[in-house]
Amino acid sequence: MKISLNWLRDWVDTGTDVPALAHALTMAGLEIEGITKAGPQLPGVVVGEVKSVTKHPDAEKLNVCVVSAGKEEFQIVCGAPNVRAGMKAPLAMIGAKLPNGTEIKRAKLRGVESAGMLCSARELGINEEASGLYDLPAQLPAGQDLVTALGLDDTIFEVNLTPNRGDAMSVQGIAREAAAARGKPLHAPVIEPVAATITETFPVRIDTGATAQAPVGCYKFVSRVVRGIRANTASPFWMQERLRRAGLRPISAVVDITNYVMLELGAPMHAYDLGKLSGGIVVRFATAKETLKLLDGREIALTPDVLVIADDRSILGLAGVMGGEDSGIADGTVDVLFECAFFDPNDIAGRGRRYGLITDASQRFERGVDPELQERAVERATQLLLEAAGGKAGPLVVTRAQRNYPAPSPIRLRHARVEHVLGARIDASIVKSLLERLGMIVSGSGAEWQVTPPTWRFDVRIEEDLIEEVARLHGFENIPEAAEIGTHTPAPWTEAHVRNERASDLLVDRGYQEAINYAFTDQAYQASLCPEPAVALSNAISAELAVMRVSLWPGLLQAVGSNQRRQQPRVRLFEVGRRYAPDGETEVIAGVATGSVLPEQWDAEARKVDFFDVKADVEALIALTGAAEEFRFKAEVHPALHPGQSARIYRGDRAVGWLGGVHPEHLRRLDLTYPVFVFELETAAGLAAVIPEFEEISRYPAIRRDIASIVDEGLPVEAVRAVVQASAGSLLKRLTVLSVYQGQQLQKGKKSIALGLQLQDTSRTLTDNEADALVAQVVEQLGRQLNATLRDQ
Amino acid sequence: MTDTALDLPALIDAARTEIAACASLEDLEQIRVRLLGKKGSVTELLKSLGAMDADARRTAGAKINEAKQTLTAGLEERRAALEAAKLAAQLASDAVDVTLPGRGQTIGGLHPVTRVRRRIEQIFRNAGFTIADGPEIEDDWHNFGALNIPENHPARAMHDTFYFPDGRLLRTHTSPVQVRSMETQKPPIRLIAPGRVYRNDSDMTHTPMFHQVEGLVVDEGITFANMKAVLHSFMRELFEKDVKMRLRPSYFPFTEPSAEVDISCVSCGGSGCRVCKQTGWVEVSGCGVVHPNVLKAVNIDPERYTGYAFGMGIDRLTMLRYNVNDIRLYFENDLRFLKQFA
Repeated sequence: MKISLNWLRDWVDTGTDVPALAHALTMAGLEIEGITKAGPQLPGVVVGEVKSVTKHPDAEKLNVCVVSAGKEEFQIVCGAPNVRAGMKAPLAMIGAKLPNGTEIKRAKLRGVESAGMLCSARELGINEEASGLYDLPAQLPAGQDLVTALGLDDTIFEVNLTPNRGDAMSVQGIAREAAAARGKPLHAPVIEPVAATITETFPVRIDTGATAQAPVGCYKFVSRVVRGIRANTASPFWMQERLRRAGLRPISAVVDITNYVMLELGAPMHAYDLGKLSGGIVVRFATAKETLKLLDGREIALTPDVLVIADDRSILGLAGVMGGEDSGIADGTVDVLFECAFFDPNDIAGRGRRYGLITDASQRFERGVDPELQERAVERATQLLLEAAGGKAGPLVVTRAQRNYPAPSPIRLRHARVEHVLGARIDASIVKSLLERLGMIVSGSGAEWQVTPPTWRFDVRIEEDLIEEVARLHGFENIPEAAEIGTHTPAPWTEAHVRNERASDLLVDRGYQEAINYAFTDQAYQASLCPEPAVALSNAISAELAVMRVSLWPGLLQAVGSNQRRQQPRVRLFEVGRRYAPDGETEVIAGVATGSVLPEQWDAEARKVDFFDVKADVEALIALTGAAEEFRFKAEVHPALHPGQSARIYRGDRAVGWLGGVHPEHLRRLDLTYPVFVFELETAAGLAAVIPEFEEISRYPAIRRDIASIVDEGLPVEAVRAVVQASAGSLLKRLTVLSVYQGQQLQKGKKSIALGLQLQDTSRTLTDNEADALVAQVVEQLGRQLNATLRDQ
Repeated sequence: MTDTALDLPALIDAARTEIAACASLEDLEQIRVRLLGKKGSVTELLKSLGAMDADARRTAGAKINEAKQTLTAGLEERRAALEAAKLAAQLASDAVDVTLPGRGQTIGGLHPVTRVRRRIEQIFRNAGFTIADGPEIEDDWHNFGALNIPENHPARAMHDTFYFPDGRLLRTHTSPVQVRSMETQKPPIRLIAPGRVYRNDSDMTHTPMFHQVEGLVVDEGITFANMKAVLHSFMRELFEKDVKMRLRPSYFPFTEPSAEVDISCVSCGGSGCRVCKQTGWVEVSGCGVVHPNVLKAVNIDPERYTGYAFGMGIDRLTMLRYNVNDIRLYFENDLRFLKQFA
């Protein structure tokens, strides 16, 4: 909300130190986000009065004017179409400097002397209006400094109000805060009741709250008829300026006055064209099937929790949100009905937002408008309207609902509780006076008070609300910092799980860079890689961010693509994050690798990364668990992966991840350079760790035996290892795959697998004979179970 | 056998010359064999002693042994010299250009947000906080209702929530972890909850996903003053600077009193710069005393227990820590950006 400091000064002594005032308001909870000057400095620009206008002898579009600057008259050549004798317009005299940099000099235009320039509002940097000269109000004295004449020497505060402070959404509200923050009195302008000069009233009925349970919605509806105003009257210039500085566009006297009163007092008002109303006004809740056509042409369906204002013919508007065009003030309106109602915040909150309507009125009503304010607001508006546009006012009519809005109840405040919450001792007398500054009625002893908040403070309901008020006025900076006294229970620190930090560090050390991708992605793109069902957002920001990811791969592959397009052919990325299925979210660690296996360097093989390079990274992750033997890689098909380079990772019987080369078809489609390898491992199941348990180190020498067995080429090495391990038993300490060979020396369809066996007993020295016997046993089992033969035989 | 005695000096001279001229350990060994080996010339002389009478044998024997010692010493000296030369040659040929780069894999790096997140976690862990976690797809109760933000509350408008068709939503802050923790845990509670949060907002300074860390302390006798102390000490540790801190009254439905936390600008020290928009202060956190309604919603007695909570944007703290000027860079995953934080 924007507010003019000059306007605020009508209400409270703000002092002359503007930054200090802004700081005081900010530290009281009304953040001053911006401080700007209302208008430019305009030295040498005065109010000019055009005395005469004659055609330029040599130029069709120019006029030669005599302009009075009060004591002196000047000859000015002017090209503006709206120049006319008798008007007042800004006169920039010789030597004046305009905000756009123009310096006014004596000039000759087509042979005629011009001793200055008549200006438009835009040339003066006042506003964007450029349709000719700035037509100044006639009452401004010629020769007066323009900045003074227009009150441009003003400062505008931009206040960032928190949603609990509806009471501060007005000059009155901010003045109250400024007064409380600085301990100054508030000078509310006197609003005298306007005596009725006609007797006419307009029927108003509040048709809600029929039963004790039914919501009332509207507790009070204050109205007044004003007849016979001058049609099409503009509001006074000073009012227009104040509205402009608050960011509102002046429209007409009636509309401007309702806005002005809303800004000044905080009570939203509405003005109807009396001639367009039919029968009487009724305030009621909408029925289920009703619709309303909005100003922008949209037709909205109403629901029974939406309060409306209607007349005998139709719905006039959404109560507390916005009025309708049909019944509003228009050109030619001469008879007016003012409305200022009190609506229950609960019956307004969220209704406008539901239809995309967030208005000045709805913002105030849903936060709460002082229920005692409406009569004053209508009196104020009437007074301003009679001054600006004449007319005759009827009596003020207050229509009330069947029940009254509850008055604020007293709240218990314990002095001890203030210290208990804040950790600072504030004297009882100070607590009491701080609350009283805010308009609270405080009674009771120094240990415990009964505090009744003012009617405008909807946010003060419980003891803590009062403590907050005390704290902010006392000043948060005056509350000391104090170390906690208490027992600290140490945080659990488990060894039974590999911490994500450790897993990330491992990948970092292996050359991976950590990435963070959005958790949502494009539905079709993701489905092409990972077709499992994805959870879709109802209100996605765009189609590219419409569904929750089911895998981290779509994001990582996009990151590979964008990096490759930025001349980064070697990409290794990983991410720790969640994937989302309809039945829950699972944290995974995932990675992608492409380009050369090593960064470009001297004296190293320039080879592209392959399946086994990335598998080594995954195996390193797995090894962190201390239970690598629990994991198996099984060839399984995944839609994103190359069918011949795709492994599902199992821990025991549970699938915990995938590893593979991205399918070349996807790479082609995504314009990625072949090959790209990806992996994904669940952190909960995949990185649960085994706490190491010491085993005796054998003091006896180990024996090494190598065997090369020939098996069918389709047989996985895993099968061979399993047979060897099972048949060698506990003496086999280590089993290493030494080589895998396929080629001319072997029968077609066969491959040779060379294995290194390290055999060792923990209690005695193993003999060669025992080792040979064991190997023979292994070979026999390989032959029997896998039809394997020894290569050297 | 006077001949023998007469021949010895010549033999020694000749051998010395040969030893001195010898250029390799192999040649030196051959010379040793020729002189001192089983059939070497000196050995043969020693053998000839047996045929002499006792006097002559004593005299000749002493001379021959003397000659043998002389030659052995000469051979040994030469061997040492040749071995030293050989080692020197070996070392010379082993020399490398130490300015050539090392070979092999190079390290990657952590995301800057992760770096700062880890610092935050460590600082609070040292202060006795546990790290808590919760779902990102939340229900309305945990994200809003239990936090004293009923339906239609104006504060909801500020959250720009992403919804799912079944009414669930993407958490708009890490505060639901507060609620979940208090549902399962009784005071004393001291936790932080870092994680991803989501708001339907995307422009120069907003990304639809970002990171927050929530803090919650609930115990008997916890006060606003305690919160000030913890936050100020945290800010000093995070930035490794003696930053000033101020709390500005603000509003969050789930805390009361509520405050925005400003620290003196870590970029200019408070004198005013681009980072702090010339104000000397940067806003880094929101905090407050836990609202009694929040405690009541999880069956904690607000008369007995009090607490405080805070929330900070990790991405924002990361920007301040590393002088990053565009939040959108965090999620573009451009290696040229990421590699700056190795």
